[in-house]
Amino acid sequence: MRILVGRMGWLGVSLLGATALGVIALGHGERINAMWLVTAAICTYLVAYRLYARFIARRVLGIDPSRPTPAIRHNDGLDYVPTNKWVLFGHHFAAIAGAGPLVGPVLAAQMGYLPGTLWLLVGVVVAGAVQDMTVLFISTRRDGRSLGDIVRSEMGPAAGAVALVGILFIMIILLAVLALVVIKALAASPWGTFTVFATIPTAVAMAVYGRVIRPGRIGEMSVIGLGLLVASLIFGRTVAETPALAALFTFRGETLALMLMGYGFIASVLPIWLLLAPRDYLSTFLKVGTILALAIGIMAVMPDMKMPAVTRFIDGSGPVFTGKLFPFLFITIACGAVSGFHALISSGTTPRMIETEAQIPLIGYGAMLMESFVAVMAMIAAGIIEPGVYFAMNSPPALIGTGVEQAAQAISGWGFAVTPETLTAIAHDVGETSILSRAGGAPTLAVGMAHIFSSVLGGRAMMAFWYHFAILFESLFILTTIDAGTRVARFMIQDLVGNVWPSFRARGTWTGNLAGSALAVAGWGYFLYSGVVDPLGGINTLWPLFGIANQMLASMALILCTVVLFKMKRERYAWITVVPAAWLLVCTATAGLQKIFHSSPAIGFLAHARTYEVAIEAGTVLAPTHSLEQMRQVVFNDYVDAAMAVVFVLVVAAILGYGIGVIRKALAAAHPTAVEADMVTEPRGA
Amino acid sequence: MPDWATMLRRLTQTLRLMVGVPDYEVYVAHRKTQHPGEPIMSYEEFFRERQNSRYGDGDGRINRCC
Repeated sequence: MRILVGRMGWLGVSLLGATALGVIALGHGERINAMWLVTAAICTYLVAYRLYARFIARRVLGIDPSRPTPAIRHNDGLDYVPTNKWVLFGHHFAAIAGAGPLVGPVLAAQMGYLPGTLWLLVGVVVAGAVQDMTVLFISTRRDGRSLGDIVRSEMGPAAGAVALVGILFIMIILLAVLALVVIKALAASPWGTFTVFATIPTAVAMAVYGRVIRPGRIGEMSVIGLGLLVASLIFGRTVAETPALAALFTFRGETLALMLMGYGFIASVLPIWLLLAPRDYLSTFLKVGTILALAIGIMAVMPDMKMPAVTRFIDGSGPVFTGKLFPFLFITIACGAVSGFHALISSGTTPRMIETEAQIPLIGYGAMLMESFVAVMAMIAAGIIEPGVYFAMNSPPALIGTGVEQAAQAISGWGFAVTPETLTAIAHDVGETSILSRAGGAPTLAVGMAHIFSSVLGGRAMMAFWYHFAILFESLFILTTIDAGTRVARFMIQDLVGNVWPSFRARGTWTGNLAGSALAVAGWGYFLYSGVVDPLGGINTLWPLFGIANQMLASMALILCTVVLFKMKRERYAWITVVPAAWLLVCTATAGLQKIFHSSPAIGFLAHARTYEVAIEAGTVLAPTHSLEQMRQVVFNDYVDAAMAVVFVLVVAAILGYGIGVIRKALAAAHPTAVEADMVTEPRGA
Repeated sequence: MPDWATMLRRLTQTLRLMVGVPDYEVYVAHRKTQHPGEPIMSYEEFFRERQNSRYGDGDGRINRCC
């Protein structure tokens, strides 16, 4: 009887999900309620978790609940601790969820909410969650070792070295594009800039409290920090409304970029307890809290989607990013559907704390489903804004000009009616002078979130507060990522250079520390600065590069998973990773090659460079640059970007080559050849 | 009837582990049973050790995402 009730329940969930998907996909011409997206997503996740995650765990991976995990075998109470599954789920989710799943869907909304939402749902079920779960399994069976380490031991030292270089490059692009997102939100916004600057003294105050006054009291520190943040948000309005103060906190993008680089360098050299740790506490708790609040807000408000299901920009002529639906949708939305970065997290601290292999589906597959849901909420937040406003916020000045009149005219011309008055009114509502050309996701999301939160609490009067809260929340965790990421990039550089010049590797020395930090900051700083001065807005150039890099990493991780399945002699089931790996390889390679060689200057870096070179030879200055010197800079940047794309394509091709080689050997072997850790319990000292 | 005390404890543990600090009592219990007679870090030492391990020691491990 209970089985029957259970079966009926699952049948009900499947039917509800199918109905919701039907409404979304077929309800053309009418506005649908965002709850249909929520319902379709949740039902899809439940069914996929119940059927596919369980199938992978039992049949494909052969999870063995009785096999002692690293947490049991090396239990030291510190790094290796058997942890309750829900506690670990929270830890893992907090580690994988960041700005990525919020930004990608907002940009992809230019094609309408339907293509992006479908990719989020299909992608997570077939690719993203499979990758996270399989990597978690592989790392758990190998003492919780890192992705790079496992590539080296399963695919050979050459493949390991290629993987490490690939990871370093993706770090650099990631930091640059995230920094650009912050700058797009803060440029010419004294309120936002003030509150973000205020996080520095806030963090220091928390650090002093938590180091000297009440050592290690995380809760008390965070409450103090949160109080100071809210105070700075409230005072921010006064700053914005007092001309003398506003002038102190109004910066151009270029200035902010240089400040951010200086900040990144100093933060990476300073002791971690002073700035990084307290800000990490604040940003982590704020992130999780805001995601929960957003979910509750959407459920409570049940807004209608105003963006059409599909817009004409699927033809590749979109203002936010150029390029056709295939392949560019699939690299614009990485996080939320499949994110290679998660392979690094799933082989990080989580596998060292898992109690039993039986929990791998919940933590690996389940947490990724949650992240996909965050991305669906971001899509909803972007879709409930008037489309005209959405395009005003996300199109570069080269296309819509810099004034509301011109912008409203251009956007209405694309078929999304909007008046200059609306654009001015929205800017006024959120407490800004202008909302035009603030691409990068954060401000659009902030307007969407401000809509939702202010209809629950505070009404129109509170909109400006909620907008700046949303900007602060995103900037805070992006800055924490820049801080932590610069450190990681620095260690990677120190290790890479250390191979040639061993003294560079030492962590304690000032030479290695300063030089490594400088190199790391110079790397992302270069791309950041070229993004800020880019006439097309920078996000246009950098986000596709980041997407290609992230999906390249995902292809690498899925190739590794496939190799391990073959080495375990489970090739019968290898399609679960081969299918997503093949899809990502096709997307990454197509997008990478188009970004390099496409004949349209709006897509291909080389074609863009050629346009400028021709003009330079003719001695004409192309708008929006102002001199031949600037034009030479544009050409140089194009070649660097093209070179980056070449590196990504080559890295993925190399890993594919190594992978095929190892698979052939594994097929020829008579026995499993995977290199798993033995099962003996051996507590580590200390 | 849900067990509120356990749920609250789990919630606190989750929030602390999110920022890289596992349960101190579990650590103490582990040291007492598995390494009797050996020194046990005070909470302050434990907290600093965890902080350094999350951000400072730098084995190049990435513990946060985009």
